[in-house]
Amino acid sequence: MRIGTLKTSYAADEALFDTPTQRLLLGLLALGAIAFPFVASPYWLFLACLCAINVASATGLNLLTGYTGLVSLGQAAFMSVGAYTVAVLEIRLGTPFFINLLVGAGLAAMIGILVGIPSLKVKGLYLAIATIAASVILHFLFAHWSLTGESRGLSMPPARLFGLTLDQPFSLYWLIMPVTCLMVLGAANLLRTRIGRAFIAIRDRDISAEVLGIPLLRYKLTSFAISSFYAGLAGGLWAYFFRVVTPESFPLVNSIFYLAAIIVGGMGTILGGILGAVFMTLVPELLKFVANWATPIYPDALAALAPVRTIVFGGLIVGFLIFEPRGLAEIWRRLRRFFHLWPFRT
Amino acid sequence: MDTLFLAEVTLAGLGAGALYALTGVAFVLIYKATRVVNLAIGEILMLGGYAFLGFAAGLGLSPWLALPLAIAAGGALGWLVERALIRPMLGESPISVFMVTIGLGSILAGVVQLGWGADPLRLPEFMPSTPVFIGEAYLAPKVAIGFVAAAVVIGLFLALFRFSRGGVALKATAADQGAAYSVGIDVPRVFSVAWILACATAAGAGVLIGAIGGISPTMGVFGLSVLVVVIIGGLDSIAGALVGGLLIGLVEALAGAFLGGEFKLVVTFALLLVLLMVRPYGLFGTHEIERL
Repeated sequence: MRIGTLKTSYAADEALFDTPTQRLLLGLLALGAIAFPFVASPYWLFLACLCAINVASATGLNLLTGYTGLVSLGQAAFMSVGAYTVAVLEIRLGTPFFINLLVGAGLAAMIGILVGIPSLKVKGLYLAIATIAASVILHFLFAHWSLTGESRGLSMPPARLFGLTLDQPFSLYWLIMPVTCLMVLGAANLLRTRIGRAFIAIRDRDISAEVLGIPLLRYKLTSFAISSFYAGLAGGLWAYFFRVVTPESFPLVNSIFYLAAIIVGGMGTILGGILGAVFMTLVPELLKFVANWATPIYPDALAALAPVRTIVFGGLIVGFLIFEPRGLAEIWRRLRRFFHLWPFRT
Repeated sequence: MDTLFLAEVTLAGLGAGALYALTGVAFVLIYKATRVVNLAIGEILMLGGYAFLGFAAGLGLSPWLALPLAIAAGGALGWLVERALIRPMLGESPISVFMVTIGLGSILAGVVQLGWGADPLRLPEFMPSTPVFIGEAYLAPKVAIGFVAAAVVIGLFLALFRFSRGGVALKATAADQGAAYSVGIDVPRVFSVAWILACATAAGAGVLIGAIGGISPTMGVFGLSVLVVVIIGGLDSIAGALVGGLLIGLVEALAGAFLGGEFKLVVTFALLLVLLMVRPYGLFGTHEIERL
């Protein structure tokens, strides 16, 4: 049971992780993340990498949609910009992977700013459609440009570091996991700065924010840029992870997936982006387990897997919005509160 | 350029555009009455086509009986959706409500795939197939019938809004919900009726579209084009849906004929982006003034 949090300095009050319990738990989590690759099977490592990539992208979208209140259905398209840039640089120039990743993310950020320009004039659904329009145009571009391999796409060599080839989930884990952790930490810190506060003010009421002296265009575009930077970086990691990039790698349904992830996780909380992305990545795998397990009883179970996944995906979105609109993060918060006073109050 | 070819492409485009307009009207109806952006409209339309197939081929009913049944099934779905999913979301942010409809679309697509498989299917033939000639230009008979049916239904809707009690109640609700309540209009019922009418219309449009091009679980993509139509026309304008529908149908047909089929979507979306920059609320949409 916790009885109080006493702070005796401003530094303690301002700290991102402000209680010893929190620091302890995070330390344990970090140790777990480091130990994980040594004990897990390649399949679980594969899933962990996929989760981490999705967490990175969902956190970016969370900054844009959850914190700035701008709905975007273009996250997958921004990821494709990052992935294609990385693939083209790796194939044509063979530059080191961290440069490729940064260039890809930077390019995605620039495209994000371009797509975000209508956000000053249009809001809500109109903006969402503008982002769909941008992703349709990007898809068309990638599918018809000889540099991006047209509809065949590109296959690229693996990333290399000091003569090591990063081509297995085990080695890629050490690239993807730290980058994702840095990105999530960066997002959490960003929200404590002037920029993050401006985002939240714009989300809560953009006109009030403007009256308070927040330049709307600059901050909305900043939000688009940061969000697409995250998407681009995640897309670059995705490219190194799968090493094949085609126009069909990032369909519109992936953009909906990221939006669904932050809704299920809880919009406007960093924890929500993480929980949502991990949850939404693991649910299809769980369904696969169930289907494998059910095959002896019901032989068509594997054939029904794809439609059932679609139904569960939609059902999760609808169910969370109606019954738990603040998402998994809220469930987690309730659990924690329960144990704060446990066993004296249940 | 060959004038006859151009005329034929134009006619086909207008025929497709009429179906866009019809679905667009269904979309606008829901938006006007309930301020809900229904992204599941493409999937509801698809379900209409599959319901028709189920009644006509599955149960062996005559197509002329299956058509009203499919439309009724669409209406029933609309009622159910409004009651079960939309009403609990009353007062939530528009983003949440529109995500609910995305989720609904996903559920419907999955259900259809589970029930009928992922392969495209053909609807039983029930329309006359004598070719239609306007001047010298050939027009596929199904497209012509689709155009006429869409025009009749839209005309009916316009008359209904203008002259019937329900239509006036709907307009009043669209203008100001609070004021509509205070003059004794049963606003929840208006919501219900709008959803039933819109989903029934969408289901009917789905049968027409399915008869022309066949049905498949990916038919929901049609909803994406409808979205472009209503955004170009203005979300809350029936006239906008008409003009936007015909315009998009025409542009798609011309782009498909002169640039190639893969250009259809990209041309319409590029047009949409340009239009959004010039007229952020569509051609005929109301520019909402925000106050603090």
